[in-house]
Amino acid sequence: CLFVFPSWDETHFGKMGSYYINRTFFFDVHPPLGKMLIGLAGYLSGYDGTFPFQKPGDRYEQHNYMGMRGFCAFLGSCLVPFAYLTVLELSKSLPAALLTACILIFDTGCITLSQYILLDPILMFFLMGAVLSMVKSNSCADRPFSASWWLWLSLTGVNLAGATGVKFVGLFVVLLVGLNTIYDLWDLLGNLSLSLVSVRNFSLSLYASFQSQLIGNNLHNVSVPEHLAYGSVVTMKNLRMAGGYLHSHWHLYPEGIGARQQQVTAYLHKDSNNLWIIKKHDSDTAPSSPVEFVRHGDIIRLEHKETSRNLHSHQHEAPLTRKHFQVTGYGINGTGDSNDFWRIEVVGRKTGKLIKVLRSQVRLTHVATGCILGSSGKTLPKWGWEQVEVTCTPYLKETPNSLWNFEDHINPKLPNISLDVLKPSFAEILLESHMVMIRGNSGLKPKDNEVTSKPWHWPINYQGLRFSGVNETDYRVYLLGNPVIWWLNLVTIGLYLLITISTAVALKRGVQLTSELKELSRVVLRGGGQITLGWLLHYLPFFMMGRVLYFHHYFPAMLFSSMLTGITWDTLLKFCAAFLSPSTIARKVYGGGFLALVLLIMYSFYLFHPLSYGMIGPMASDPSSPMAGLRWMDSWEF
Amino acid sequence: MWKAGELWKISYHELLVAESSGACFRSNDLQLAVSERVTAALLCFSRRFGQTSDTMLGFLRKPVVVTAEINMNLVALTVMGLISRLWGLSYPRAVVFDEVYYGQFVSLYMKRIFFVDDSGPPFGHMLLALGGYLGGFDGNFLWNRIGAEYSMNVPVWSLRLLPALAGALCVPLAYQILVELQFSHCAALGAALLILLENSLITQSRFMLLESVLIFFILLAVLSYLKFYNLQRHSYFSGSWWFWLLLTGVACSCAVGVKYMGLFTYMLLLAIAGLHFWHMIGDQNLSNVSLMCHFLARGLALIIIPVAMYLSFFYVHLTLLYRSGPHDQIMTSAFQASLEGGLARITQGQPLEVAYGSQITLRNVLGKPMQCWLHSHTNTYPIRYENGRGSSHQQQVTCYPFKDVNNWWIVKDPGMQQLVVSNPPRPVRHGHIVQLVHGITTRYLNTHDVAAPLSPHSQEVSCYIDYNISMPAQNLWRVEIVNRESDTDVWKTILSEVRFVHVNTSAVLKLSGASLPEWGYRQLEVVGEKLSKGYHQSMVWNVEEHRYGKSQEQKEREVELHSPTQMDISKNLSFMAKFTELQWKILTLKNEDTEHKYSSSALDWITMDTNIAYWLHPTSGAQIHLLGNVVTWASANIAALVYTCLSLWYLIRRRRKIYDVPEDAWQLWVSAGGICVGGWAVNYLPFFLMEKTLFLYHYLPAVTFQILLIPIVLQHLSDHLCRSLLLKSMFSALIVAWFSSVYFVYCTFRPVTYGEPSLSVTELKDLRWKDSWNILIRKQ
Repeated sequence: CLFVFPSWDETHFGKMGSYYINRTFFFDVHPPLGKMLIGLAGYLSGYDGTFPFQKPGDRYEQHNYMGMRGFCAFLGSCLVPFAYLTVLELSKSLPAALLTACILIFDTGCITLSQYILLDPILMFFLMGAVLSMVKSNSCADRPFSASWWLWLSLTGVNLAGATGVKFVGLFVVLLVGLNTIYDLWDLLGNLSLSLVSVRNFSLSLYASFQSQLIGNNLHNVSVPEHLAYGSVVTMKNLRMAGGYLHSHWHLYPEGIGARQQQVTAYLHKDSNNLWIIKKHDSDTAPSSPVEFVRHGDIIRLEHKETSRNLHSHQHEAPLTRKHFQVTGYGINGTGDSNDFWRIEVVGRKTGKLIKVLRSQVRLTHVATGCILGSSGKTLPKWGWEQVEVTCTPYLKETPNSLWNFEDHINPKLPNISLDVLKPSFAEILLESHMVMIRGNSGLKPKDNEVTSKPWHWPINYQGLRFSGVNETDYRVYLLGNPVIWWLNLVTIGLYLLITISTAVALKRGVQLTSELKELSRVVLRGGGQITLGWLLHYLPFFMMGRVLYFHHYFPAMLFSSMLTGITWDTLLKFCAAFLSPSTIARKVYGGGFLALVLLIMYSFYLFHPLSYGMIGPMASDPSSPMAGLRWMDSWEF
Repeated sequence: MWKAGELWKISYHELLVAESSGACFRSNDLQLAVSERVTAALLCFSRRFGQTSDTMLGFLRKPVVVTAEINMNLVALTVMGLISRLWGLSYPRAVVFDEVYYGQFVSLYMKRIFFVDDSGPPFGHMLLALGGYLGGFDGNFLWNRIGAEYSMNVPVWSLRLLPALAGALCVPLAYQILVELQFSHCAALGAALLILLENSLITQSRFMLLESVLIFFILLAVLSYLKFYNLQRHSYFSGSWWFWLLLTGVACSCAVGVKYMGLFTYMLLLAIAGLHFWHMIGDQNLSNVSLMCHFLARGLALIIIPVAMYLSFFYVHLTLLYRSGPHDQIMTSAFQASLEGGLARITQGQPLEVAYGSQITLRNVLGKPMQCWLHSHTNTYPIRYENGRGSSHQQQVTCYPFKDVNNWWIVKDPGMQQLVVSNPPRPVRHGHIVQLVHGITTRYLNTHDVAAPLSPHSQEVSCYIDYNISMPAQNLWRVEIVNRESDTDVWKTILSEVRFVHVNTSAVLKLSGASLPEWGYRQLEVVGEKLSKGYHQSMVWNVEEHRYGKSQEQKEREVELHSPTQMDISKNLSFMAKFTELQWKILTLKNEDTEHKYSSSALDWITMDTNIAYWLHPTSGAQIHLLGNVVTWASANIAALVYTCLSLWYLIRRRRKIYDVPEDAWQLWVSAGGICVGGWAVNYLPFFLMEKTLFLYHYLPAVTFQILLIPIVLQHLSDHLCRSLLLKSMFSALIVAWFSSVYFVYCTFRPVTYGEPSLSVTELKDLRWKDSWNILIRKQ
């Protein structure tokens, strides 16, 4: 049963799908592939892109949303066979693969997450695809350059590109594959029977496929007047990586934060509020007067085109960087005071030289206080529309933060010249656009009063995420992993560590093992090691992230954790069976253990399935609710 | 030229031969074997004694001979180190750079006043204070400005002595480390000289700063681990084996105790020890039992002892500082009560359990932006605020950062009229509903659905006045003890952290952190927070002062409120509780936004694009800068680069079974690189992830490791890559030339390292080798 109204982030990604169908430009913190696919699925299934996706709870009515949901759900269900094949390939053991598949089928979290129009099922599809094809191509390594080798290798590349194209989290799987490839290359390097040429070929083939996703668009086919003149309308861009344009708007700084004057910020996107007019500090330029160029060392005034206020600074502390001065928009129709005067200087230039658009790195010194206009790179709170803070720094250091260049330049009196020379290379554009997205990403700060999720909450299934429905009468869906499965996964990680250490020490001590045990220890060390590395790479980085984190960020890591569970329990039971010598008991222990695990998982799914398929009635904190007995932790809110 | 080269080579060879045979060093008479290189230190005494004592009384047959050999290299290096670091130590007799920061802590130690410093654990501060203690410093100096002249009572020399000694001892340590890494005495000498002539290390050692102490402990830890590891091969569990192993642990914990940066080196050594132990596991000759013993010994020395030492630093710190002081308010009331003076004087002997009728002051647990107590006074909220919004015009309730009689509140049972404690007292428990009566004005704490003055999303909190305008009193509050153990816990003075939940609106009493405008006397705003999800310290309060109220009448009560509380029961925190709290505060205390004129980014350090002006003479141009030896820094970078490239090259070639260097030389190369490049990386790279204000001096531990790498790379190049004699001698000549340039740069920058002699403007301008350096030039 699927809901007839959008839940949680569906409003977000569904809307972007609609944008693609309507060809509307938008900006988002994630790379475009995932949303394009959602848009495509919607288009093919006949969705017309007219549903507004305003807030969770609006009914879909006649809109055809099933295509998009079905697409995501299909990708989400592909995870099960992928994980099954991966574990089968790594451990060569059918029960291990079945256990993994069973875990993923019966995990309420995975089910819930794949049922809606979200990026996560798409991301996880590509991610698991990449892992599977990596494992497959590893096993083809003994016959390089065969057809299947090429197939899996190129599939790895395609999936990696897909994963990074959906979300930046995809970069972690690239890292995983990269490390794996380096390891393989190192292995090959030690193989003296191979010539060096073939080793080199191998390394190149992976790299080429990775670049396929990157389509850059060239913004810089400009044609502007070359030298800056008084009366010109310009935009100024900060030189720091992903620095914004100098920006102002009608809103004032709130009370208690410096003077209550108009805000000046740095804004990452093109906007008419980024336009400033260059004027002489003491007079306006008459439209009829001849062109006069701005020279290095001149004292100028910058008037904001939309609001006619002057760029102004004074000795009030800046909103975030307390030791800097506040920068505001001041004055009416260009009439301000002496705090509006700025000296314009070009880095490494002598007095009197002209200032070039785009090419000159410019510094603006505030005449009255001697400070330098700069962007601190910090994101303002809600009152500043989460734009970047602009300050006047009294520390006269030369950093990109305090350097600007003129990007747009409009002056009808001057001839335009074409500046193709300045076209940045593809790599530069790519780097810049990704820096913008990453900055936007890390700028997602928790809102006031929002309970944020901490990475250590995740593996212990501490707190779920409410997908839809708040009240008792609502039909509610709660994203929470099946606790039995998640705690099993958690225990297994500890178990795996124990097994690995003891196996590694035993091997190092030169204990004689039977060939069967040797094979087992190889699976534990090599296969389990790969999967553990994947888990670590998809989990640990979150501890260092400043952005707001949600429970669903753990799901890629959870996939790895589930695969590890399959492998570890299989090995553990096989070890146990090996110690019980009579083969009938051994087989019974082995089979019984598996059956118990699978039954446990299925029973827990039976208990918890309302979490993902929706529940109605009183909240679980109420003892009369059918879910009351299942609220094993106080932090669960279903 | 040719001849000199040959001579050098011969002497060099002799050195190698002497070393590889493991014999005691003897002097050789070659011309170039200068005095420092003459002898090697090996105390042959112990070995001879050991051999002759096989038979009992054997020592009687032969005369007892004590032969002590002293390594003149080491002695000379130590003396030179001492001279370079201690020369004119009490000049300038003024506060230099961060002395202004560490000095205040030394003063507080002298006066035994408690403080919290978030820059690191207390061991380093204690060492500095030890200097002050030995010099008889009484702590009376106002540390407020860099460049302030020291008064006569400040023993400048002894305050600066310990860091200077630590800095001087780094020179012989560097020598020893290279020797233990199995490199030649020539290389070791080179490393020591480079450290000796490194201007930045000299500057940093000569003042009351902690980096030189940190570097000393780091190098000591590395050296003792190497000694231990080299002993491991032939004699385990011997006396000296234990000594060096334990010293490793002790030095590591001292390094961590001085600055948290020490953790990086500690981790590196742990990793190296782990790796070495892993190789031991593979050794089939060792029994499982002896492996276990090895493992336990290492665990004891490298983990348990450092942890114990670390705790002991705090123990000493807390024992030394028993008086209350300026940082008290950061700590909880319970902690403050354990300090002498301050809160303890007030709270000593007050009743533990809050009862109906108790008179209490309520402190907000958050302590930010400052500590404050729930407060009210007769003034009311203005009818209209500046922005036009209306208020209830009732009596203001604020949070006030000073002790005041208006901070007193009386806990009242809603069902009873009396404001005194009954006999026996009826304690208030978790979940009970109370009214809070303001002691002086006898008005009830109240909140209602009116927007708070500065936080319009929250409710206004007031003391209720009946204006007769159909606004009923809503003054019932439920007491919720946050840190309760059971649901029937009694509300305790100081110990209990309490939330007050308003019964009618379920708003929580909260400190918003904003300060009110003029009409509220700039006191802090208190609001009722409606959407109180989760736990935040701003919503939690604890009782600080407390007494059982006795007076029925308001007049009597006022007298009672003005009189100090007294009764008996003292509460003492255990050391572990104090330690956990202090450690937590040190780690979480954040000094906001400390951009500094001389702060720099980690990237500037490699190329030394930045400097720090430490001190400027008030009249002349004499000044002190933290500036490294340019040649040394550049060569250290090149050495690191060469090392990495060569290692990669060798590694790949070895993988293809091509061996360019002999196996033992390769092992030396790897272990030396592991220590030096590893030490550089762990002490440098983490700074890219840190968000605190960074200074050039943070790079000094890393650069020390990098400098140690230079002679290693040079020796490797000359041993293995200079195949012909001609090449070798040319290489040696180059090294001599390069060394003289190091010396030349050292001499050039000596005036700004030592602060004398004073330089003229043109000389100063000439010193500005990089545009980004900030050399101070007085305007004429």
